[in-house]
Amino acid sequence: MKLVVLVKHVPDEAADRLFTAGVFAADLTVDRDGLSCRLSEPDEYAVEQAMRIARRRMDVQICVVTMGPAGAVRTLARALALGADEAVHVLDDALHGSDAQATSRVLAAAVERLGFDLVLCGTASTDSGMSVVPAMVAERLGVPAACEADTVWVGEDEVMVRRDEGTAVVDVAVGMPAVVSVTDRIGEPRYPAFRSIVEARQKTLRTWSLKDLRIPAAEVGLGASATVVRSVTPCAEQRPALLVEGEARGAAARLAAYLTEHQLI
Amino acid sequence: MLRDTVRALAEAKIAPFAAEVDEQGRFPQEALDALTAADLHAVHIPEQYGGAGADALATVIVIEEVARVCASSSLIPAVNKLGSLPLVLSASEDLKKQYLSPVARGEAMFSYCLSEPEAGSDAASMKTRAVRDGDDYVLNGVKRWITNAGVSDYYTVMAVTDPEKRSKGISAFVVEKSDEGVSFGAPEKKLGIKGSPTREVYLDNVRIPASRMIGDEGTGFATAMATLDHTRVTIAAQALGIAQGALDYAKGYVQERKQFGKAIADFQGIQFMLADMAMKLEAARALTYQAAAKSERGDNDLTFFGAAAKCYASDVAMEVTIDAIQLLGGYGYTRDYPVERMMRDAKITQIYEGTNQVQRIVMARNLPK
Repeated sequence: MKLVVLVKHVPDEAADRLFTAGVFAADLTVDRDGLSCRLSEPDEYAVEQAMRIARRRMDVQICVVTMGPAGAVRTLARALALGADEAVHVLDDALHGSDAQATSRVLAAAVERLGFDLVLCGTASTDSGMSVVPAMVAERLGVPAACEADTVWVGEDEVMVRRDEGTAVVDVAVGMPAVVSVTDRIGEPRYPAFRSIVEARQKTLRTWSLKDLRIPAAEVGLGASATVVRSVTPCAEQRPALLVEGEARGAAARLAAYLTEHQLI
Repeated sequence: MLRDTVRALAEAKIAPFAAEVDEQGRFPQEALDALTAADLHAVHIPEQYGGAGADALATVIVIEEVARVCASSSLIPAVNKLGSLPLVLSASEDLKKQYLSPVARGEAMFSYCLSEPEAGSDAASMKTRAVRDGDDYVLNGVKRWITNAGVSDYYTVMAVTDPEKRSKGISAFVVEKSDEGVSFGAPEKKLGIKGSPTREVYLDNVRIPASRMIGDEGTGFATAMATLDHTRVTIAAQALGIAQGALDYAKGYVQERKQFGKAIADFQGIQFMLADMAMKLEAARALTYQAAAKSERGDNDLTFFGAAAKCYASDVAMEVTIDAIQLLGGYGYTRDYPVERMMRDAKITQIYEGTNQVQRIVMARNLPK
């Protein structure tokens, strides 16, 4: 059984103060070369989920795929340390500035070339957060998509997911091959064990270009993007203020009630 | 990647408990669980015994990153190495298999029993006796300052087998917590590393099979000293981590603290202090990593470099943590901020595994040629 996990190399929110100068390049794309980047957290959950599936079956091969700049090899290395067996890096200068449609086209082509039974990925990346790529990849591959899974069961030829939609909990069963995107409720990723960090260095990491995927360079990238970013404005952080007024005793009681209600004390 | 992983784990799973562990003087169980889950509790154990097989430098990086957030917790990987290294260096294959594998699996920890009430820096003057009786040895005596005593399942105990021969009459043994006659003293009330239990180990007619001797009879002291050559590097690592934690905290604080209308980091007096702290720390790190490489290769000059790294890094840790408190001013002096804990923790690195005065004796006797 072949699992392909789609991962993204995103700016690390903990490492840099985002949305200040230096986040965006001159063409208003996110400047991933200038920021410290990491494996997108939702995708880390997807890698973890692939590992859990692998532990229940003997025949699982996990391949991680990313499309991104040269620095994205670090994200792949991390996914390999977490337990993936091999990695594919789609690297091509022409991909710079690609929108979701182009991204899904490239990822689908890579997945198709690898062959797959199940594609896993996070629900959305932590940078752009559109959450459309999983469904787009499924559409391009012509397979069903089960998105925002809180739980995944993998059977012989079908995959079942459970999704919490707020007012209802929905169980969806789709035939394999399929694309499944997972939420952060599916199970916290582990930290890579020492030996798996060492072993990760020996694993295969392949680099594919657009030519390898037979996609014309003119049909992807910033020029072919269906959306255009005209300007970026930092948004002032708004914190809701609470002003407790009135005479001291009553105000103190209301403040205490507020703090208790919000579980702050 | 290793450093990033350990740092992320330490910040998420160990740091939140560091202040509480110190305040309550309790064992950092959360840290042990997290380190064991990620296979980082005893990374130095060779692969053939089921360990991670990390080299000396990787072990240093693990200890350093754990110590950066909690020195007490960093004693888990550090003392596991200290306690089990005598076996790695000198024990028979059977003994290694028997005792290293459970440690590698995270089922047991290992402590090291060398010091006694009357035998500290002069360890060879120890009084604990091991007397041969048929196929067994019977051990009697008291060991003091035993890190993780009571928590560890296994203890490497140095004991006199032939009092005539002084240091050549000392042998090393593996003693189990469950052996009859093994008991522990009250936890010491310490200045720092309060989360790591330090207790006396009492050996009262402890009868163990002769096969539990590490190496040959009379080689125990040599094994103990050879062990320290390697593990002093891990104490240097711990000192580096503590200092790095204090420097990182102070660096963040001075950028946020405003006086006279600007961040105090804008004052040159503050900048010079930070520059000195970072400079000393990096010098200590370079020496420590160099010593770690020598430890891995087993170079002849390891004795000098291990002592030098431990001595220098621990002195630097003391200076850097004290300066970090100074940078935080009155806040640094309170337990609401972590730097005073780091200073208290740093102090022990100048004392254990040989005081820094003893390190200077060791260095002077083994000067680089």
